[in-house]
Amino acid sequence: MNHRIQMTVNGVKNEADVQPRMLLVHFVREVLNLTGTHIGCDTTNCGACTIVLNGRAVKSCTVLAVQADGGDVLTVEGLAKNGTLHPIQEGFWEKHGLQCGFCTPGMMMSAYTLLKNNSHPSEEEIRWGISGNLCRCTGYVNIVKAIRYAAEKIATEKK
Amino acid sequence: MATEIQGMGHSVKRKEDPRFIQGKGNYVDDVKLPGMLYLDIVRSPYAHAKIKKIDTSKATAIPGVLAVVTGEMLKQYNLHWMPTLMSDTQMVLPVEKVMYQSQEVAGVIATDRYIAADGAAAVEVEYEPLPVVVDPKKALELGAPILRTDKKDKKDNLIFHWEVGNKAATETAFKEADVTVKQDMYLPRIHVCSIETCGCVASFDKISGKLTVWMTTQAPHAIRTVFALVAGHVGLSEQKIQIISPDIGGGFGGKVPVYPGYVIAVAASVLIGKPVKWIEDRMENIQADSFARDYHITAEIAAKKDGTMQALRIKTIADHGYADAAANPSKFPAGLFSIATGSYDFKTAFAEVDGVYTNKPPGGIAYRCSFRVTEAVHTIERMVDVLAHDLKMDPAELRMKNFIPANKFPYKSALGWEYDSGNYEAALQKAKVIIGYDALRKEQAEKRKKGELMGIGISSFTEIVGAGPSHTFDILGIKMFDSCEIRIHPTGKAVARFGTKSQGQGHETTYAQIVAEELGIPVDDIQVEEGDTDTAPYGLGTYASRSTPTAGAAGAMASRKIRDKAKKIAAYLLECSEADLVWERGKFYVQGAPQKAKTIQEIAFAAYTNHPQGMEAGLEAVSYYDPPNLTFPFGSYICVVDIDRGTGEVKVRRFVAVDDCGNIINPMIVEGQIHGGLTMGLAPALYEAINYDEEGNIQGGSFMDYLLPTAVETPKWETDKTCTPSPHHPLGAKGVGESATVGAPPAIVNAVVDALAHLGVRHIDIPMTPWKVWQILKEKGVAAER
Ligand code: FES
Ligand code: FES
Repeated sequence: MNHRIQMTVNGVKNEADVQPRMLLVHFVREVLNLTGTHIGCDTTNCGACTIVLNGRAVKSCTVLAVQADGGDVLTVEGLAKNGTLHPIQEGFWEKHGLQCGFCTPGMMMSAYTLLKNNSHPSEEEIRWGISGNLCRCTGYVNIVKAIRYAAEKIATEKK
Repeated sequence: MATEIQGMGHSVKRKEDPRFIQGKGNYVDDVKLPGMLYLDIVRSPYAHAKIKKIDTSKATAIPGVLAVVTGEMLKQYNLHWMPTLMSDTQMVLPVEKVMYQSQEVAGVIATDRYIAADGAAAVEVEYEPLPVVVDPKKALELGAPILRTDKKDKKDNLIFHWEVGNKAATETAFKEADVTVKQDMYLPRIHVCSIETCGCVASFDKISGKLTVWMTTQAPHAIRTVFALVAGHVGLSEQKIQIISPDIGGGFGGKVPVYPGYVIAVAASVLIGKPVKWIEDRMENIQADSFARDYHITAEIAAKKDGTMQALRIKTIADHGYADAAANPSKFPAGLFSIATGSYDFKTAFAEVDGVYTNKPPGGIAYRCSFRVTEAVHTIERMVDVLAHDLKMDPAELRMKNFIPANKFPYKSALGWEYDSGNYEAALQKAKVIIGYDALRKEQAEKRKKGELMGIGISSFTEIVGAGPSHTFDILGIKMFDSCEIRIHPTGKAVARFGTKSQGQGHETTYAQIVAEELGIPVDDIQVEEGDTDTAPYGLGTYASRSTPTAGAAGAMASRKIRDKAKKIAAYLLECSEADLVWERGKFYVQGAPQKAKTIQEIAFAAYTNHPQGMEAGLEAVSYYDPPNLTFPFGSYICVVDIDRGTGEVKVRRFVAVDDCGNIINPMIVEGQIHGGLTMGLAPALYEAINYDEEGNIQGGSFMDYLLPTAVETPKWETDKTCTPSPHHPLGAKGVGESATVGAPPAIVNAVVDALAHLGVRHIDIPMTPWKVWQILKEKGVAAER
């Protein structure tokens, strides 16, 4: 039996009928066609599927779409505003924080939540903040730099 | 002002990034076609078993399940077996028996991925277990069960015996040596685990007969040819096959082979006439896709008392699983393992490798390295430290003493390679200075007095990449050239297409920089394309750090052909002779009259609007570049570790990497490649391994127990460089994507062993997990009690 769910994703209201077993990541990718969110594992380890649900970074492969009913979701597609990159996106580009780009959306969503909770994280805090996200390409050094860049940029924008 | 040209040596921000950071990459799983079906695969719980019966009735009864593809079905088209890249054979789907746990047994096609999974769970298979062979050494024993019963005359489990070097001279050297050292080491099975798994969307158009496959492949052109050769008899011919390798989420060698899943998807699409998507999950990826390493090595060095190394001897048993599905050049069953003499001036050497069948997944591919180079470098860099240990010499000093001197290049190695260029002393010296080697040795001595465990490890590796010259290198007969085709449009903008395929290396940027350097067209005006066999020129793909050495060179050569034609047009426009023209990046001017000049953009426009009579219009060129030699990047790495006596945990305190990859196209990208490579060196050194129990059950088959380093375990890498250009590459570049994966593991092992050397520890096999190290600490009586 399908369930009717509602969800605000990147500021847009959506309604759909979904199977109760459908994962949130499949809902986002295949029902809403927001394919920026990726799938890299089946054991909740890689974080490629990370999105922000009701203000928290969650691994959307481990949430059922029906559990997110009524929720507010932010995905990578919602980071840039009116054609202007979010400072996190800018940081990843400036600091060469990505190579194949597959982990990148999830990584940026984790960074987004990290910076919301801690606007001036230390290197150590950044590393722990993204420790639920695996990257096989970059060796993390430049991801850390990218997040630092974003933190500074956000701080100066606020001034 | 015109946009900047940004040729070689600029840290140009990547042109591909805007789509990736905005979620607009286009990976295989993002491809969605009307009416697309999904494939899910039934896999074997047994490592070796007869298939008695496959009952698909319950699966096909599920609404939405359209078909179950079995080996018997494929057999009707003779597609149940396929060739591997090593001219061995491997099953697409089994008819008689399964040979490893998680082997594909049947494919379920359904309208939805959830229903396909339901269908796979509903297929009932009856097995009769057979004796399992897990240990390759036992596989070689007389009386071991013969695994490849499909090969009529096969009476043992040996795949190949391969040897190289001078056996007799090496034996003599060992007999006459002052000192000899010998060490067994095992490099376990590991898996590349790109964060994107493998998959495809196969779409066969019954009317046109055209097959289009979006596929996670590092070598789209070769795959097209393989498909045409394998399925020619069922009507697929090469002009009607289009392989598209879209954005690829990491490759590292794992996306070179053809996996059964691809073939089942293609077969299903041809059968049903609808697009079929197959995306493996992570457990399938680790448990069934090609693995790397699995080398059981015994190595020996013969030396003089003063440490001068004279001879090297290596014997290796290579576990290939049930099929040799490595992706080596055809003439090299053990890849480029013969680089094992490394950075040292050995007089003579001999190496032999036995490839063996076992009940494990097939493979023997690279893990971000050029064909078994990691195995070779691990062996030699470990052995140098073993020798230093036995001679009580400093490992840095022993290396310095034995390096091939800078003035001996080009250098012919004892195992037959001609090293293009090198300066090993300079790299090690630089690494020593940066890390403060002498001070660290003092600190270590102090710490030892206090019972603290700290170690310093060195690795001075030499790689061999950029395969390769056509006289020696081919895969299934196809020569290992690579290609570039450039078209300059009338407005002076360009499109450049290559036979390789980036999986994160940043080709869209670096290749544009090469063309920019050669033609003076700004990077922003150059569109780089790869990965579509309908448009890109034929090439062998991206792996083994070959893109820059081969396709990058082709980019330079094609640009130079364009420049030659541009010169003729310029001479016509400037009404002078070609001999009077001087090239300055981006324009030709008349010698002695620099104001009389034509820019490349003006020339391009003229090529379409005002070209000389008798000359063909247009401005384009293609180059198929056959490299005259391989390239030999090198470097020296120094690692400092601290060991926790309570837990056995190894903490990498510092790691300095000095790399030399010749001339650099984009320093930012090169540094990024090194960071990533180092992390993929750290991973097998400390965390990753796939083991099997006696029944052939996989241990470490998911991310729960196959541990990739996170940002927390990964140290803050420190990088630097020396620059020794390749004399034969048109740009002097060597390739860099894999150096660090190759060089890092022995530096880390050497550091850990060094931390324990005063306790009599001389070797530790990887991965050096806390449990393993803690057991050593206990045995040596230095584990801290709680
Ligand atoms: S897909 Fe790996 S954690 Fe969600
Ligand atoms: S950039 Fe490839 S996995 Fe992170």
